Amino acid sequence: MTNGYVNRDRRWHPAALTPDYKTSVARGPRHAPLSFPTTLVEETGPVFGHDILGQHDNDLIVNFAKGDGMAIGPRIIVHGQLRDEFGRGVPDTLIEVWQANAGGRYRHKKESYLAPLDPNFGGCGRCITDAQGFYEFRTIMPGPYPWPNTMNDWRPAHIHFSIFGQAFAQRLITQMYFEGDPLIWRCPIVDTIPTRAGIESLVAPLDMARTVPMDARAYKFDITLRGRRQTLFENRMEGL
Amino acid sequence: MVQPLDHLKESPSQTAGPYVHIGCTPNFTGISGVYPQDLGHEMITGEVSGTAIRITGRVIDGTGTPLRDAMIEIWQPDAAGLFNSPAETRGTADPNFTGWGRAASDMVTGEFAFDTVKPGAVPFVDGRLQAPHVTFWVVARGINLGLHTRMYFPDEDAANAADPILTRIEHQNRVRTLIAETPAEGHYHFDIHLQGPNETVFFDI
Repeated sequence: MTNGYVNRDRRWHPAALTPDYKTSVARGPRHAPLSFPTTLVEETGPVFGHDILGQHDNDLIVNFAKGDGMAIGPRIIVHGQLRDEFGRGVPDTLIEVWQANAGGRYRHKKESYLAPLDPNFGGCGRCITDAQGFYEFRTIMPGPYPWPNTMNDWRPAHIHFSIFGQAFAQRLITQMYFEGDPLIWRCPIVDTIPTRAGIESLVAPLDMARTVPMDARAYKFDITLRGRRQTLFENRMEGL
Repeated sequence: MVQPLDHLKESPSQTAGPYVHIGCTPNFTGISGVYPQDLGHEMITGEVSGTAIRITGRVIDGTGTPLRDAMIEIWQPDAAGLFNSPAETRGTADPNFTGWGRAASDMVTGEFAFDTVKPGAVPFVDGRLQAPHVTFWVVARGINLGLHTRMYFPDEDAANAADPILTRIEHQNRVRTLIAETPAEGHYHFDIHLQGPNETVFFDI
């Protein structure tokens, strides 16, 4: 028997109902969620081996390119550490990313923004963290993107992240933003996060130390998953 | 002064957005040639023990409209109640069963489908058995934090009546929202209602 995962702080995450982000109005549950301690069901989760990775899975500049082609746009490296709330690196964890191209256009059947597709850019990538939880991938910087919310809403440049962790309780999808983007503070989706500190934790700084001279700039994005309790003393929880 | 707590905060969730398929099921949305097949497409990878079942369902919004842009993941033990996970300490799960599946809602009908096996029972933290169930995780445009819920089986009345989670639900008239229908032998249908009179019970775990 284990001590389980630390509860999510649901006042730190976005609420379900955030009316300025209009789609949440009909898609956010109104009842309070039922709380219970994590069990084996939530403390286990799928783990993926490096054998699922292709040679270019973490290189969005070339993984959809034709021949010697490359995606058009500012070349960047995104890297960071995946760690838990107690600061421990989370090793061997799958991270999936997706994004628009340099002009803000997504390669998706339901997308109709007039900015053109880049024939050499697909927009998906994935990597697995190393033994200390570090990850990195190479891509082009995505462009801002208009979306039908109010008549003039634009998403800041962003990269979507899907992270598995070591337990289904840690499963998380979030978005990374870029340091200095003025659209961050005008976005109703960013603004679903209740605190400025929470928002700033999703803004990746420019990292000149990891920039590759004459090639690609770097951004550093550390990600934190829920921590697992490690106390030696395990008292029976009240109310079970 | 008291020493400060220096624990980190979990990265805040953000919606998966309408184009979650690009990253998670690229072949489904027509991005071919990057990954050989979409992850989680197959849960059964060879000869498995247990009863093969098919799970279908829809995710439905507060107006009664099925979502056509949701992504659904499921996680469950094998027929013996063992998880295919390094965190499983009670034994070795069926090597031909992943326990994890991922599907997108159909872009026209909104229906999703999984081919899997009926799960065995797993203990709760106090040792009581939980009724057989499949854990669901739903993300989509308009959902700010992924929603956890469970699908239980309509042919497990006795186990459901003793389940530590189902019995924990204060409003017992909502338990039915977690129990699948059986349109045919071996086929279970589970509609997830995000809000409204039939709102599914979601979990904070």
